[in-house]
Amino acid sequence: MSAGSVAAAREAHRARGLRERLWDGRTKYLVGAICLALCTIMLLPLALSVLASFKSTAEAAAVPPTYVPRAITLDSYERLWTYQAGLPTYLLNSLGTALLTIAFILGLTVPAGYGLARFPIPGKELIFVLLLLALIIPYQALLTPIFLMFAQLKLTNSLIGLAILHTVIQLPFSLYILRNSFAAVPRELEEAAVVDGATSWQVLLRIFIPAITPAIITVALFAFVTSWNEFLGALVMMSKGSSFTLPVILAAARTETSLGGTDWGMLQAGVTISIIPCVGVYLLLQKYYVSGLLSGSVK
Amino acid sequence: MHANRRSKMIGFLYLTPALLFVLAFTLYPFIQMLWVSLNSWTLITPPRYVGLDNFNRAFADKQFWVSLGFTLKYTLIITPILMIGGYLIALLVSDNSPLRRFTRTVVFIPVVIGLGVSSLLWYWLFSADFGFVNRILLDLGVIERPVIWLGVDADRSNLAIIASIVWKVIGFGMILFVGAIQAIPTEITEATMVDGAGYWQRVFRVILPLTRRTVLLVTLISVIGSLLAFDQFYIMTAGQPQNLTATSVFYVYLNSFPYLKLGYGAALSLILATIILAFTVVQLILTRRSET
Repeated sequence: MSAGSVAAAREAHRARGLRERLWDGRTKYLVGAICLALCTIMLLPLALSVLASFKSTAEAAAVPPTYVPRAITLDSYERLWTYQAGLPTYLLNSLGTALLTIAFILGLTVPAGYGLARFPIPGKELIFVLLLLALIIPYQALLTPIFLMFAQLKLTNSLIGLAILHTVIQLPFSLYILRNSFAAVPRELEEAAVVDGATSWQVLLRIFIPAITPAIITVALFAFVTSWNEFLGALVMMSKGSSFTLPVILAAARTETSLGGTDWGMLQAGVTISIIPCVGVYLLLQKYYVSGLLSGSVK
Repeated sequence: MHANRRSKMIGFLYLTPALLFVLAFTLYPFIQMLWVSLNSWTLITPPRYVGLDNFNRAFADKQFWVSLGFTLKYTLIITPILMIGGYLIALLVSDNSPLRRFTRTVVFIPVVIGLGVSSLLWYWLFSADFGFVNRILLDLGVIERPVIWLGVDADRSNLAIIASIVWKVIGFGMILFVGAIQAIPTEITEATMVDGAGYWQRVFRVILPLTRRTVLLVTLISVIGSLLAFDQFYIMTAGQPQNLTATSVFYVYLNSFPYLKLGYGAALSLILATIILAFTVVQLILTRRSET
């Protein structure tokens, strides 16, 4: 190969490198621009809602709507605070149901996950499938019979009843995650405690629960979000105004016409308040959220 | 031997609470639903055995077919948007640069919001006079006068609701796709880079085939979720106009609760559950096949 052709090849290589670098630079900016556009589209509806919740009563009813409030007021929140049975009642209903759901889910699936993963139970595969039954029967289809049962047991209009329904929805996912986490704990950890003469219950409390805390947080997090957000079940089970959860009272308020049309400012105040806990726990516990989604769906 | 039997017993005791719970609140209601579906029952009158009448009535019921057809149409439109859109976003943000991580976090935010609450948010955004969709489209000059999005025209309502649900759930598929793309061993990606394959060639020949299982799984979850759609339609259109946007679950709800036709509602529930089960089975077979 002559010196000239080597130089030409090197030149060509350099030119290609330059072209690629230019292209890379351009793609980088393009990717950046698309990312920012996406973020804007995703955040804009939330930002508009939060801004609208701080508008004055008159401005919230303006046609066309204003983008940025002329003055920041808490009028909408004040109206929401005293709407029907009052915001505190609905907040407590939603929060109480969510906390009960967490308690039921952990109380049922931590022992069950332990039993399934760590004990030689005959026919346990079959039992596991039975416990996951709610995966194949959508709860929407079970609402009528569950409603009839709850009507007899006086569990309609009750936070306990609604939490039981939310536990039905959330049980398969939770059990699946916890069983796998119990199964992943090394046997040596358990054996050391058994040799010390600890009972299975003590082993559960002292060895397993500390070892699988991340999975327990994941399960509690999903139970909270599911319960806090669930709508259809709450709509069916709660017929008394004072037992409504937050989404149900807001849905009822959307068609409120007694004061001449929907109170849009109050509605957005309610949307803002409903969103804060979910987005808050998601941003704080993002690691658990994403790991739960990935491990819960890789079946 | 003795210890083994004892440990079986103890293990079973740990399972008992969850087992009793599922028997009482999932299996028993399911069996009761089978029984109720064979009866005519309105809560006021006692149940009366009618055999398969409720099912025959469902198949002859025009609104049942309208609801089912509308639900299928909604599912057929939204699923490809969610899958292709979610996958493209996942490709865009699967590397771990700060901006991409941030975008992932932001795109996922609407997923954690309740469907009921996000529907209320979009009910407002799509309202003709007070909503920002019309305001923005008017400001951009796309439309000349406010459009009535919800409750007047079935297709336009469907379009608006699909837009709101894409916003709400596209991050779900994205997160699972990013997980699957990141799980591809780097040697494979590097090997194809050395081959000089272009970006889209790499996507179609390597990334997509290696994440096929996740794609099928997310499709299954999306399809089932769409077939069971209720909150968004109840809140944004209330089934209007003329129940043309009442989905299958909506129609079950209407019969069981406001109308209190419990037997008929149970029969409709059962038909719906069977359709969902059929989709699940088909998808599971596809997933199994794609593994071998």
